[in-house]
Amino acid sequence: MARDQFRNSPEYILLPVNPLFIGFTLLLAVLLNVIPLGRVVGMPDWVALSLVFWNIHQPRRVGMLVAFLLGLCVDVGDAALLGEHALAYTILSFAAISLHRRALWFGVLGQMLHVLPLLLMVQAVILLIRMGAGGVFPGVGYFLESVIATLLWPVIAFFYLAPQRRAVDRDEHRPL
Amino acid sequence: MEYSPPPFFRQGPSSFARFAFFAALSVVLLIADSRFKALEAIRATIATLIHPVQRAARTPGEAWSGAARFFASQSDLLRENDELKRRNLEAAAAALRARQLEGENNHMRRLLDTRESLKVESIAAEVIYQARDPFSRKVVLDKGTQAGIVAGQIVVDETGVLGQVTRTAPLSAEVTLLTDKDQAIPVQITRNGLRGVAYGTAQPGTGLLELRFMTVNADVQPNDELVTSGIDGVYIPGLPVARVARVEREAGYTFAKIWLNPLAGIDRYAQVVVLSAKLKDVPPLPPPDDEGTKAKRGKRKFEERKSAEPTPAAAAAPGLAPASTPTPAPTPATAGTAPPASAAGEKK
Repeated sequence: MARDQFRNSPEYILLPVNPLFIGFTLLLAVLLNVIPLGRVVGMPDWVALSLVFWNIHQPRRVGMLVAFLLGLCVDVGDAALLGEHALAYTILSFAAISLHRRALWFGVLGQMLHVLPLLLMVQAVILLIRMGAGGVFPGVGYFLESVIATLLWPVIAFFYLAPQRRAVDRDEHRPL
Repeated sequence: MEYSPPPFFRQGPSSFARFAFFAALSVVLLIADSRFKALEAIRATIATLIHPVQRAARTPGEAWSGAARFFASQSDLLRENDELKRRNLEAAAAALRARQLEGENNHMRRLLDTRESLKVESIAAEVIYQARDPFSRKVVLDKGTQAGIVAGQIVVDETGVLGQVTRTAPLSAEVTLLTDKDQAIPVQITRNGLRGVAYGTAQPGTGLLELRFMTVNADVQPNDELVTSGIDGVYIPGLPVARVARVEREAGYTFAKIWLNPLAGIDRYAQVVVLSAKLKDVPPLPPPDDEGTKAKRGKRKFEERKSAEPTPAAAAAPGLAPASTPTPAPTPATAGTAPPASAAGEKK
């Protein structure tokens, strides 16, 4: 637990994670991916972002099987080739799990610098697959969504860790 | 850096072994899906599983529009009501007239001993969301095979053709929009009856269509209106498709560059209608050969026409050569023979 004090500067010792909460966040991410906003450039891939978060924080619970299955769901939801996101997320998950011990030693900025190349890699894999299948390059703005997703990392980290930051013994002075 | 567990915990296969397994599985799925189109059952199953999520994603938008409707002022509603009544009257008059004409037309056709014109059935559906994939232009409808939607059917809104159903699940259906790179639609200029094929543009983000393989001297002008020609046996003839936006003629090229603006609200629709024409005398699909399977999904019906009606080979269309691609004849049909498309579709 030594690394926790570096992860969040006031020295929290986090509560154990609730698996239901992980499931809820991942479901929410899938839901955000299919929200009908039309075609917005730079709309972040919520599933990839949530996945990389849990891969780094809970690699024993959210591993490559989850990544693969979520990838299949996103493939069907996005009407993409079946297996495209599954492959990209599997690679993402492997890289994130390999990095997770290192990434958590950094502050939020350092973590963002770890997450950005991972997310860019997901997009690069998808781009390669689609170009190989006869697609056209959608423009450099395509990579904007990884940058925006990385900028959302502190927000995600705050909300996803919030349930674990609650006090163990709650009383009227510490309701949360 | 490697995630190495203490030896007294059994953690199953190593991280790299898992990675290799899932990556290999994904690649197998990719190949099976893109090359052999073999995974429609799996896809339909997953689509049904995530359908509740897709439905749930719509609720904020629906709640928002519901709230907006709740606060709409009465005068607005009255005005809209009047407008709708007026339009309904007009439509009713047109429908009555159309019914009478249809009866008359069928009678005439019987007298002439030709086939009766197409019976068109329609299913109203709603667009749930637009697929996030930046490489294609697809939307997902809230009805699927359970409502009778079949891949290959045409999707229109109140102003024109939107696209074609390309994949179905029990509760949802994917529609490839006209602006998708791989989507093609046979069209005809209403002004002079000139036929061609409109493709989605390869340039992303423009939202335009391209009328390819028209000679430099073809009689196409800006603001010409294009309707479906019906020559392919898939699209019902006479549906509005697009309007010519820009024509570039350069003597150095064989073909003119013609850009079209789609008439249907490609990016702003919610309610659509799926049309199914009962094409009675379309011959069955030929046995799939190599080229047949390579032809783009949803365009298979083109192949049917190819076997039915040997037209001259299409100009070099990469990857797909629909038989209906007209060799751009510089002899445009005269405006008098307005429905040559339906005629071409009917006489065998």
